[in-house]
Amino acid sequence: MISRFSAIHLTFLLLGSLILLFIVAPLAGMFLNTTPLQVFETAREAEVRDSIWLTIYTSLAGTLVFSVAAIPLAYILARKQFPMKKIVTGIIDLPVVIPHSAAGIALLGFVSRESALGKAGSVVGLDFVGHPAGIAIAMAFVSIPFLINAARDGFSGVPVRLEKAALTLGASPFRVFFTISLPLAWRNILSGLILMFARGMSEFGAVIVVAYHPMITPVLIYERFGSFGLKYARPVAVLFILISLALFVVLRWVAKEKSSEVAR
Amino acid sequence: MMLEVRRVSKSLGSFSLRDVSFSVEKGDYFILLGESGAGKSVVLETIAGLMVPDSGTIHYNGRDITREKIQNRRIGLVFQDHAAFPHLTVAENLSYALYGALISKSEKDERVKAIAGELGIGELLARKPGSLSGGELQRMVLGRTLIQKPGILLLDEPLSSLDTRLRSDLRTLLRSLHRNGQTILHVTHDYEEALTLGTRVAVIHQGSIIQSGTPSEVFQRPASEFVAHFVGVKNYFPAKLETSNNTSYAFTDNNFAVRIVTDIPSGEGFVLIRGEDILLSDTPVETSATNNFQGTVLEIINNAYGTDVIIDAGIELHALVTPDSVEKLGLRAGKTCWVHFKATAVKFIKR
Repeated sequence: MISRFSAIHLTFLLLGSLILLFIVAPLAGMFLNTTPLQVFETAREAEVRDSIWLTIYTSLAGTLVFSVAAIPLAYILARKQFPMKKIVTGIIDLPVVIPHSAAGIALLGFVSRESALGKAGSVVGLDFVGHPAGIAIAMAFVSIPFLINAARDGFSGVPVRLEKAALTLGASPFRVFFTISLPLAWRNILSGLILMFARGMSEFGAVIVVAYHPMITPVLIYERFGSFGLKYARPVAVLFILISLALFVVLRWVAKEKSSEVAR
Repeated sequence: MMLEVRRVSKSLGSFSLRDVSFSVEKGDYFILLGESGAGKSVVLETIAGLMVPDSGTIHYNGRDITREKIQNRRIGLVFQDHAAFPHLTVAENLSYALYGALISKSEKDERVKAIAGELGIGELLARKPGSLSGGELQRMVLGRTLIQKPGILLLDEPLSSLDTRLRSDLRTLLRSLHRNGQTILHVTHDYEEALTLGTRVAVIHQGSIIQSGTPSEVFQRPASEFVAHFVGVKNYFPAKLETSNNTSYAFTDNNFAVRIVTDIPSGEGFVLIRGEDILLSDTPVETSATNNFQGTVLEIINNAYGTDVIIDAGIELHALVTPDSVEKLGLRAGKTCWVHFKATAVKFIKR
């Protein structure tokens, strides 16, 4: 294949390299303009560490809490036909296509002290606006389609026959779900969870509207850039990218180990 | 009556099941025989509850279960495509139906070990289905169903995916299950299975049952030309095979000896000769056939596939010939003639 370069292959290879360069060059430039010492110094700042930790745990919490209802929804979408199913799947994809700052505005109205949810929250002394809970909701809002779609694909891949076979063996539908459908779709669900978590961590637009403080890292990067300029924003950005990458490499690796164990 | 299917109809796109009725008694080995696409699997899935019939009822132990939930029926169904749980080990697959049973963990393990031993898969308990052979998988899913001690066992083409030797092993296993009192409803396209296993046979064609009865009723007195053609062999006799000096003879119940070529050494079984393989002549001619007998024509029946000449030659043989041959030989009831067939045309299937 490689040895037989035709004109079209060469042209496409050239164009493809430009795209790769387009992705790599800005990142590489940022990394090259930042010394390890700067990154190390930044990592010692309490403000930075707190924001990174906040970003990780709000996204993780949002992902886990919302998955409790999102996974069953994905199962219904994979198994059942119902009127207006197309509309429902369209609604699920909405957060991906609307501008995230607009999503933030919509959410703010939904969780503010005047809203029903906000009132319910203030009864137990919880104000979503400017609270980690509000951040987690904003992150989940924009990232939940990734989980639902991945889980739906996973459940679609589980043969209905296996579920029926389990029923003929006397298992209840709940037991069938937990012992057959869920384990067999787990690979897709796990990758959906990781994707949702990752997407939540990188969210900026929706979160900044709902909660400027406490500051998640993407907001902190923006703030440092606005107040002090590029030079001060860079080390935080580099540090956050490094941590995110490390986190996802580990998660992917664990997920792969896990699911190959299931498949064996 | 253990299982009673009454006038069940089900429409599935271009296929439909029409007015299917039959009943299975406790202790029966009931064979539902039909070509692929005849609706056999649909019948089983309706009984197990995977589908609900459009009309008709299904009674099980006197109770109407037509609309009962699958998990409450406790009818054992072994799927043709196995439907093994790929993420569970053989032991977990086997014990799946024991969940919720009021027995201790150690008793569960005992039962899993017992059934695995009985089926010859005791060494495979820790393996996953993906690493099993077709025969091992078949045994595992059979055990997974049997462990819940179903009143009736439904088998969907259980032998079709196996090679000849495994098929004979599993046939022996099924026969011993039946002998131990297990009621079985077995669906197949293979008349040999019906002959060797069934105590009752029903033939299903294009979604309807066209004949039912004991194997000898169905095979020897087919009620329609379709059945006659489908079951193919009217010349079948219970027989005992004996081999000496590399020469095999099958002796029928009335001690009639048929020369046969087979690699089976000896034993009980059935002799099968296709009507198309029998030659007729009016004098004892010399041919390569080693089975040559004199007999008397009992009856001549014309049907769509040729003319069926029934001859008493010590055993009752059906020869399928053309109407022209009947005329040329001047065959008529009461006339003496010779029958010839090659030893290689005789098939022996072991019991």
